[in-house]
Amino acid sequence: MPRLLAGVEPTGGEIGLAEHFAQWGVLDLRRVGGDLVDELEASGLVGHGGAWFPVATKWRSIGTRGTRRPVVVANGAEGEPASSKDALLLSRMPHLVLDGASAAAAALGASRVVVYVPARLTHGIERAVEARRRHGLDPVEIEVVSAPDAFITGQESAVVSALDGRPAVPSFVGLQPVRVRGVGGRPTLVQNVETLAHVALIARFGAQWFRAIGTEQFPGSMLVTLSGRYAGTVVIEAPLGLPLREVLALSPGSESNYRGALLGGYGGGWVSMPTLLEVDLTETSARSWNTTLGAGVVVLLPHSVCPLVEVARVVRYMERQQAGQCGPCVHGLAALDEAVRCLALQPASLRGGVEPILDLCALIDGRGGCRHPDGVVRFVRSACSVFSDEVATHLRHGPCHLIDAAPILPIPHFRSAHAANER
Amino acid sequence: MKRRVSLVIDRTTCDGRGLCAELFPERIVLDPWGYPIIDGDAIPRSLLDHARRAARSCPLLALHLIEGRQ
Ligand SMILES: Cc1cc2nc3c(=O)[nH]c(=O)nc-3n(C[C@H](O)[C@H](O)[C@H](O)COP(=O)(O)O)c2cc1C
Repeated sequence: MPRLLAGVEPTGGEIGLAEHFAQWGVLDLRRVGGDLVDELEASGLVGHGGAWFPVATKWRSIGTRGTRRPVVVANGAEGEPASSKDALLLSRMPHLVLDGASAAAAALGASRVVVYVPARLTHGIERAVEARRRHGLDPVEIEVVSAPDAFITGQESAVVSALDGRPAVPSFVGLQPVRVRGVGGRPTLVQNVETLAHVALIARFGAQWFRAIGTEQFPGSMLVTLSGRYAGTVVIEAPLGLPLREVLALSPGSESNYRGALLGGYGGGWVSMPTLLEVDLTETSARSWNTTLGAGVVVLLPHSVCPLVEVARVVRYMERQQAGQCGPCVHGLAALDEAVRCLALQPASLRGGVEPILDLCALIDGRGGCRHPDGVVRFVRSACSVFSDEVATHLRHGPCHLIDAAPILPIPHFRSAHAANER
Repeated sequence: MKRRVSLVIDRTTCDGRGLCAELFPERIVLDPWGYPIIDGDAIPRSLLDHARRAARSCPLLALHLIEGRQ
């Protein structure tokens, strides 16, 4: 430790090829083959884009037997506003991500490799790809495609739609998942860029090296975007399984008293401060507290803001970010947005307290075409439980005096998913 | 291994016309906005015909019967 962040100064530019080779050595991609999948299986690597799915299992499910060769997509969309670890990797250590993408292509026999990143990052990645071309590093040419700036454009089927020239919104994959029928109808591996960076290191140093830190079920390290602190936002790398109290201690300025914390981002869940100090950095631990690590997001919420106003702001953002395709999400999130806004700003007008809010959550949960609405449900349910005192105070006395406090949770350019696609 | 048949809705296509709930009330009810609520449970053999008819009748072809194994 650190691994991915080894040799990376807090400020500075992109790590070029020479520096990358000096740090990690050359990875001979022509010698990477199917045995990398066995190594990944032994390593226990799981995806770092939010779903925590075992990487080797996913790679083995990619149809490689048919006549159509697979497509590998490095997913760097990072639609989550409170996450910045993927942008950090892409802008500072692009070659680690590109090594991983190319290694995946070599192991799966893919004939197309795409790096899917926000427009502001495409230029840097193109430069890195060009440098690699001059050295003849990548067996398959790497394409760079820009992801529209919106929350859902990084969802797996939205990524496939974007690469096929359709709007970057999720599609129905209930009959054939993208691993079977994805980009151009071909079997498609969509993998988060951080996951691929870990792949690049496992391809070099092997499973045993990877397992030297982390836990049995969740080996290795992860990037965490920690924000909300008085000291600003940082991306830190920590071994999986580390207690969060120790994660916080890694970055001075985080240890003071907060009202609560959000784990997993805007599709994640809130925890109280005592709970936060109990959680460790594994998805199993986060789930046991009704939240998720998501893509490694931790936001500390100071006492200086009203948590219900923060929740209302985020729910409105998430409502505007749905793609407008699925009835339960369209109508459900609109109703939830209205109810949560009332709770924060005009609690007197809310008949029945939080019950109607929880009923709406039950009605929406699991009924979208993708998991976008489920994330909002987790966010709202956990807020109602963790901030139950604040909820009770609002219902009894009306909005609190922090109603106009400077907000903490970042709300990006307030555009709908569709406006972002039109660009 | 048993054959397992269940219903899946293409939520991106469904626009809540509600025919399915009329044809298969044993397993499909509508939410307050008129969109079907189903569970992923296996459909028992005795109800398969109703399920098939509901899937076939969806005007938007948004309701599918899928067969898996368990
Ligand atoms: C609404 C929504 C947004 C998502 N956005 C991203 C994203 O920006 N980046 C990402 O890597 N995964 C995102 N995902 C998860 C992807 O669908 C997919 O699971 C992931 O890219 C797989 O990579 P991994 O296994 O390496 O994590 C999103 C999922 C949902 C439901």
